[in-house]
Amino acid sequence: MINYYRERNKEVTFLIKKEMIAMLLAGGQGSRLGVLTQSVAKPAVGFGGKYRIIDFPLSNCINSGVDTVGVLTQYQPLRLNTHIGIGIPWDLDRNIGGVSILPPYEKSTNAEWYTGTANAIYQNLRFMEYYNPEYVLVLGGDHIYKMDYEEMLDFHKRNNADVTLATIPVPWEEASRFGVVITDDDMRIREFEEKPANPRSNLASMGIYIFTWKVLREALITLSEQEGCDFGKHIIPYCHNRGDRVFAYEFNGYWRDVGTLGSYWAANMELIDIVPVFDLYDEYWKIYTKGEVIRPQYIASNAVINRAIIGEGTEVYGEVHNSVIGEGVTIGEGAVVRDSIIMKGTSVGKGTYIEKAIIAENVVIGDGCKLGVGEEVPNTWKPHIYSEGLVTIGEDSVIPNGVTIGKNTVILGGTSEDDYPNGRLESGASLIKAGDES
Amino acid sequence: MKAIGIILAGGNSSRMQELTSRRAIAAMPVAGSYRSVDFSLSNMTNSHIQKVAVLTQYSSRSLHEHLNSSKWWDFGRKQGGLYLFAPTITQENGFWYRGTADAMYQNLDFLRNSHEPYVVIASGDGIYKLDYNQVINRHIDTQADITVVVTELSDCMDNSRFGTVTTDEDDRIIEFEEKPIQSDNRLVSTGIYVVRRRLLIELLERCIADNNYDFVRGVLMRYKTSKRICAYRMEGYWSNIATVEDYFRTNMDFLNPEIRDYFFRQYPDIYSKVDDLPPAKYNPDAVVKNSLIASGCIVNGVVENSVLFKKVYVGNNVTIKNSIILNDVHICDNTYIENCIVESRDTIHSDRRLVGEGKILIVDEKADRYGL
Repeated sequence: MINYYRERNKEVTFLIKKEMIAMLLAGGQGSRLGVLTQSVAKPAVGFGGKYRIIDFPLSNCINSGVDTVGVLTQYQPLRLNTHIGIGIPWDLDRNIGGVSILPPYEKSTNAEWYTGTANAIYQNLRFMEYYNPEYVLVLGGDHIYKMDYEEMLDFHKRNNADVTLATIPVPWEEASRFGVVITDDDMRIREFEEKPANPRSNLASMGIYIFTWKVLREALITLSEQEGCDFGKHIIPYCHNRGDRVFAYEFNGYWRDVGTLGSYWAANMELIDIVPVFDLYDEYWKIYTKGEVIRPQYIASNAVINRAIIGEGTEVYGEVHNSVIGEGVTIGEGAVVRDSIIMKGTSVGKGTYIEKAIIAENVVIGDGCKLGVGEEVPNTWKPHIYSEGLVTIGEDSVIPNGVTIGKNTVILGGTSEDDYPNGRLESGASLIKAGDES
Repeated sequence: MKAIGIILAGGNSSRMQELTSRRAIAAMPVAGSYRSVDFSLSNMTNSHIQKVAVLTQYSSRSLHEHLNSSKWWDFGRKQGGLYLFAPTITQENGFWYRGTADAMYQNLDFLRNSHEPYVVIASGDGIYKLDYNQVINRHIDTQADITVVVTELSDCMDNSRFGTVTTDEDDRIIEFEEKPIQSDNRLVSTGIYVVRRRLLIELLERCIADNNYDFVRGVLMRYKTSKRICAYRMEGYWSNIATVEDYFRTNMDFLNPEIRDYFFRQYPDIYSKVDDLPPAKYNPDAVVKNSLIASGCIVNGVVENSVLFKKVYVGNNVTIKNSIILNDVHICDNTYIENCIVESRDTIHSDRRLVGEGKILIVDEKADRYGL
């Protein structure tokens, strides 16, 4: 079927030629981010005061000269769709190429969701065919990093590789949490180990691949019947086992997985350092985003700001210490915000105290509340997600005046005084009033 | 679509002193994140006017750079769009724009080739929000030939640099006075006009034939009895930034919560070119009081009652009081700045003391940034 398409469209494909196109996997829920991904896909979660996580791989693409990007969406795509639009902020509004959003679609014989990372790409073979590429870059939409994919492509070409995996050296004691690769001296991969108890290498795979297009196409078609076809589990081992030249490209820059609330919180906090390791103020590798708010921020006479980054249009009347505040946020008079992340459009009432919280977009917090106080008790509902003493509040939540909220807590939806016995939500408790699990 | 727009953005003013040595007034940075012309342009797009010409002449490089893509104001479209007209030498004409009427006359083809019945003429140096459709509707209702948007001047502005108008009980304008030397009349023209496109073409042709090049003198004053010229009274904030004092005051006005709320939080929004700048960053010793801070700033020192435009760096132990720091200024350690406007892209070296005594000091050090 695909060959027929190519034959018929010979003239079309002849005029269009892209050396490398990118396929950005943005369909995952990111369930370990808890209520933050209740109504948005993980790549659309806010980061660093004005960005969304997907801005990092998208900006890397355009900064690396990759001007054709397919964004594969599935879970809660609305925010991603409105954010990406036709790609104007990343200069990806192109006549040929640019950004295309690729949701799963119904075919004449079946209608199937994306069942795995490689399956998602397989279902968009015709998208890739159209651009007639030499190489295909496969990316995830859930890491914070700046990387020149062109350098990785040079490495791929230099080694005459069929597949190149981007890898990063991790501390040896943590290597057993990752999928590591064992290479020979010229970086050709000999073996893979998934979460090894006694790691023999500390080069962890970053989930970024460059494939020579013909190799990828052949592998995807061959494994098309594979249930939940996945790059790490199926495609890469298939290529490796049949003797393809699979190489590891070593990346040595800043790279953070923000897949858990704890790592998400820590990566935001790293931005506040005086000279952060990850510098957003870098002129030569800008990160682009859809700037929805242009106006400047206002810092009032009684405000105190000590180590913070603050987005456009925010009005601060209270105190902000060691925090990342998004766009269009209001922090009321006498309020104190410490070690917290507050996203776009949220308002914090007068005299409210907030410590170590992650507060999603458009939340309304009443006056005189106390968040993140008391003893640290594990969360009773999902202790593996809501941990590290964080208070997590999902999008569009409402918190009434004067309540006290403990540590390792989670709140989602509009709450009223009745939801807080004695005006308290004890440490470790959960209050879910909206979404799928309410 | 009922109307096309023309924004007159060619002017400079000696009363802006050094500030307009680098750019036209319309390109002056305003309120931290904007340029003056953004207000008229946003009003156009918010009034659903899709075809707008910006007429530029004086020191237009910065303005052209700001308008190099029309997408930020939503003018990047097939129907209409944003047109930038700087003077050109042609077979028939070898002049610069000799005045506002001449500027429009030299681009008469833009008016001739449009089909919309009305033209909204605005200037690039007004800071305001206005739905031009309301002016057009009033223009139609009153059967006016020309409608002039007028406003009651706020007390802090000097009426002697405006054109004052006197109206009869039907709001027909019976008297114009340009830059009155002594007058108690606080009703001034904002430089915003609505006129039928065909009539405008006719008036401009006659005006130029009479060797009159200024729209106010050659059209408004000359035809005040023979044509029906009506006033539209604009409510709400309006300011013109064409002197240093007014420019300074207009920026400081945005520290007032009501004015900020009016422009920034009430529909519709004001748009500007989007710079890809990170959020502002406050390091441990930063102390900021009653100030506007734009994106990309890094603050280490003290900032009080001031407006910091985009990408300003404030070094350690620096104090900035009651000042405006324009885009991309780097202020080195131990410097004290009070009552100043610091020119954009400037570098202020360490241990400097810059104080405007009794008046606003315009700082343009033209110092080298690199090799500090």
